Amino acid sequence: MKKGKPNPKANRNILWFAYGVVGVFLCMSLYFAHFIFAESEDTINNPYNARINGMEKRVVRGKILADDGTVLAETLVSEDGTETRSYPKGQQYAHVVGYSTMGKTGMESLANFYLVNSHVNLMEKVVNELSEQKNIGDNVVTTLNNELQTIAYEALGDRRGAVVAMEPDTGKVLAMVSKPAFDPNVVAAQWEELVSGDGSEALLLNRATQGLYPPGSTFKIITALEYMRENQGTYPGYNFSCDGIYEYESYKIQCYHKTAHGDQDFGLAFANSCNGAFASLGLSLNLKELKSLSEQLLFNRELPVSLPYNKSIYQMGENADTWEIFQTVIGQGGTLVTPMHNLLVMSAIANGGILMTPYFIDHVENTGGQTVKKFMPSVCGELMVANESAALTALLKQVVAEGTGSALLTDAYTAAGKTGSAEFETGRETHAWFVGFAPAENPKIAVCVIVEESGSGGKTAAPIARKLFDAWLTP
Amino acid sequence: MTTLIAGISRYLMILLIALYTYYNFRFFSMKDEEGRNRACGRQLVCMFMLHFLANLVIVLNTGSETLMLFYGIQVVFFLCYLFLYRFFYKNASRLLLNNACMLLCTSFIILTRLNPERAMRQFAIVALSTVAAFIIPFIIDRIWQLARFPWLYAIPGIVLLLAVCTAGTTSYGAKLFLTIAGISLQPSEFVKISFVFFAAAMFYRSTEFKNVAVTTVVAAAHVLILALSKDLGSALIYFVSYLMMLFVATSSWVYLGLGTGSGVLASTISYKLFAHVRRRVEAWRDPWSDVADKGYQVAQALFAVGCGGWFGTGLYQGMPDKIPVVDMDFIFAAISEELGGIYALCILFICLGCFLQFMLIAVKMQAMFYKLIAFGLGTMYITQVFLTIGGVTKFIPSTGVTLPFVSYGGSSALSTLLVFNIIQGLYILKRGEEEEDEKGEAQSEGQ
Repeated sequence: MKKGKPNPKANRNILWFAYGVVGVFLCMSLYFAHFIFAESEDTINNPYNARINGMEKRVVRGKILADDGTVLAETLVSEDGTETRSYPKGQQYAHVVGYSTMGKTGMESLANFYLVNSHVNLMEKVVNELSEQKNIGDNVVTTLNNELQTIAYEALGDRRGAVVAMEPDTGKVLAMVSKPAFDPNVVAAQWEELVSGDGSEALLLNRATQGLYPPGSTFKIITALEYMRENQGTYPGYNFSCDGIYEYESYKIQCYHKTAHGDQDFGLAFANSCNGAFASLGLSLNLKELKSLSEQLLFNRELPVSLPYNKSIYQMGENADTWEIFQTVIGQGGTLVTPMHNLLVMSAIANGGILMTPYFIDHVENTGGQTVKKFMPSVCGELMVANESAALTALLKQVVAEGTGSALLTDAYTAAGKTGSAEFETGRETHAWFVGFAPAENPKIAVCVIVEESGSGGKTAAPIARKLFDAWLTP
Repeated sequence: MTTLIAGISRYLMILLIALYTYYNFRFFSMKDEEGRNRACGRQLVCMFMLHFLANLVIVLNTGSETLMLFYGIQVVFFLCYLFLYRFFYKNASRLLLNNACMLLCTSFIILTRLNPERAMRQFAIVALSTVAAFIIPFIIDRIWQLARFPWLYAIPGIVLLLAVCTAGTTSYGAKLFLTIAGISLQPSEFVKISFVFFAAAMFYRSTEFKNVAVTTVVAAAHVLILALSKDLGSALIYFVSYLMMLFVATSSWVYLGLGTGSGVLASTISYKLFAHVRRRVEAWRDPWSDVADKGYQVAQALFAVGCGGWFGTGLYQGMPDKIPVVDMDFIFAAISEELGGIYALCILFICLGCFLQFMLIAVKMQAMFYKLIAFGLGTMYITQVFLTIGGVTKFIPSTGVTLPFVSYGGSSALSTLLVFNIIQGLYILKRGEEEEDEKGEAQSEGQ
């Protein structure tokens, strides 16, 4: 074959191309290595990953522990090798810890991957592998505090409702109780009953994250914030005279039990939860802004909560009529909120406007107690600016000092919070709300309590919060 | 006992493939023939040991005598192939030959694990193909008129692609196969080669504008027909190879720029036009938002890679069959899951080593025709490897192409064997010339 005209540049171009390809392949192998090294564990911890069930066959499911080591769930292996999942605290942690017999819920689902993973040392693994023994799974230490959980559980008594508590500056969830509860030890046996039970019972429903309630007066926090935004500097001069029933056009708005509050400035109206005052100042609000503020505070939005939850609902649009405005600004109407969401708003206020992502797992340790993975607090976002949260804190303190939250008045610490008595059906007793935090100057705990059909928040819900605060703050 | 053997062989296999890969690159820095031969010999020792360990685990796990026999046949095949190749072609590139065997060996191991029936079928096809492809270096060495008739490559190529486009059978949304007398073929795998020959022959003739324009039109026709068959992975491979060949032949940055620009434009249009392209891009961006549907395949592949980790779960300990089309497009994930991330990386580097061999041969060839053939086929090969591995690891959106020599598929195996043998032919040709030159020099010195 005759030799073609040699192209002097061709070889150089070929080499450049080859170097380029080598570069791209190096990037790809680094990417691959990085994935295996740093991302694979988070990736495979996914409910769609069938391989996790495969791991379960080779591992004895680990324990779920409270922050002090109290066992919340453990797997008992009998001599013939049968395994039973046992929940020593029974109903008390039913919703938050969940069960792993009929599918997986709660922490059993959330922490599944860690529970079926085993970080026993390599020697033990090899010995286990050769003797065909199962490895012992890792233990998951939760952020839940057994004392708070017990108090909350007992304080709710036989009433329906929910109590949630978290650390505002870290996002650690300290307690989560939902009533009525079920016994996770016998879920499989009672399954038919549990799922077919009548709707009002809804034993399996985690009311703390999934229960949607009208916010009642707890929504006044948002109304107040919007009013302060629109009337910066002038809002403290607001004045309203309350005679128990506020009449406007053909509408009437009553205060709770038609109490006449008399002359009210902005702080007092908030402290006394005066419906008349709020309905009247609500009329002046920019409805578009109110909606956008609500959404900024996570209404109609996904919550940063890793357990199953329902989205809270805020409906009022720009063209609402007077009655809808009256209802909405005092937390009635079409607005619905979950206790968890209410708690998140409160802990953002307690934390200078910054919402920390709530989390349930403090760390994962192997069966020998060595920490395998530690979870760190993370910022979820800024819900409001610092001086707004400070102004709201002042209002919330006044609620306890002079208003409906007097059940929390104590010398031991200064509490801040808001009560609510939410009507949900004419002729039925109201749901009792309390959301708050303490100590007001340096919040250590934020709490949300709802007790269904139990009257006023100040009388029923606030005392439960008081018990939690006392336990957490006084030595 | 079984678990003990499986556990130890798992780590040994990783050590062996790592050693093999090390010699693959050590080879390039060796100058003397003897050292190179020794490196290649050691590679084969690694390969046969690895092959033995893997099949030991396979037989222990399945207890199947058929598979034991199958292993025996594979060993005989590899021994015969290596021996006969070097017997007939003394000047063949041992490294390239070894790499082909190593990739095939891995393919047989993982396919046997996934589906023994398919593995045997694949083995039969590979064995027949090696026989058929055996003659190619001989042809390249003896027949120099290959550059004469570019249209002899282009016209049958286009006709074949058109036939697939109109009468082909559909597989995963793309028309890929032609079924003739019960045998289904994937013509795009073979047209690849004729396409490179066509472009090389045209550019060898002249790189005047008119000739370049004609060539580009024909090349674009290939790519368009593939795009119409929705075989976008192949279309991309053809396009990249042509563009790079054009650049090397003309050294014109204008052509490269224009080509890249039209490539970007074409990708944008196909993104807007084809729903399945958008699906793939979305699945790549965020497979997690729709794990149940769009992101399913990529997510399963990542689960597999993640659960396998660096050292793999060991053969039969993972769940590679959870990944859709695992034995073809996603075989890399299965390898990574059960044989380990290190093993998978070694496969990636072995493929890269093959490509570098191709490029070295391209640089050494003096005739532009041969230079472009080596370069074009090398570019095709490495683009395909990049698209497969990149797709599986979520480095790029998955395009649904196979990993040459490793994935299941007869057409792909035969076509890759043809490509490797063409390159071997060029290598042998070059070595022959060098030897003659040396002889000539020796003679002139002797005078």
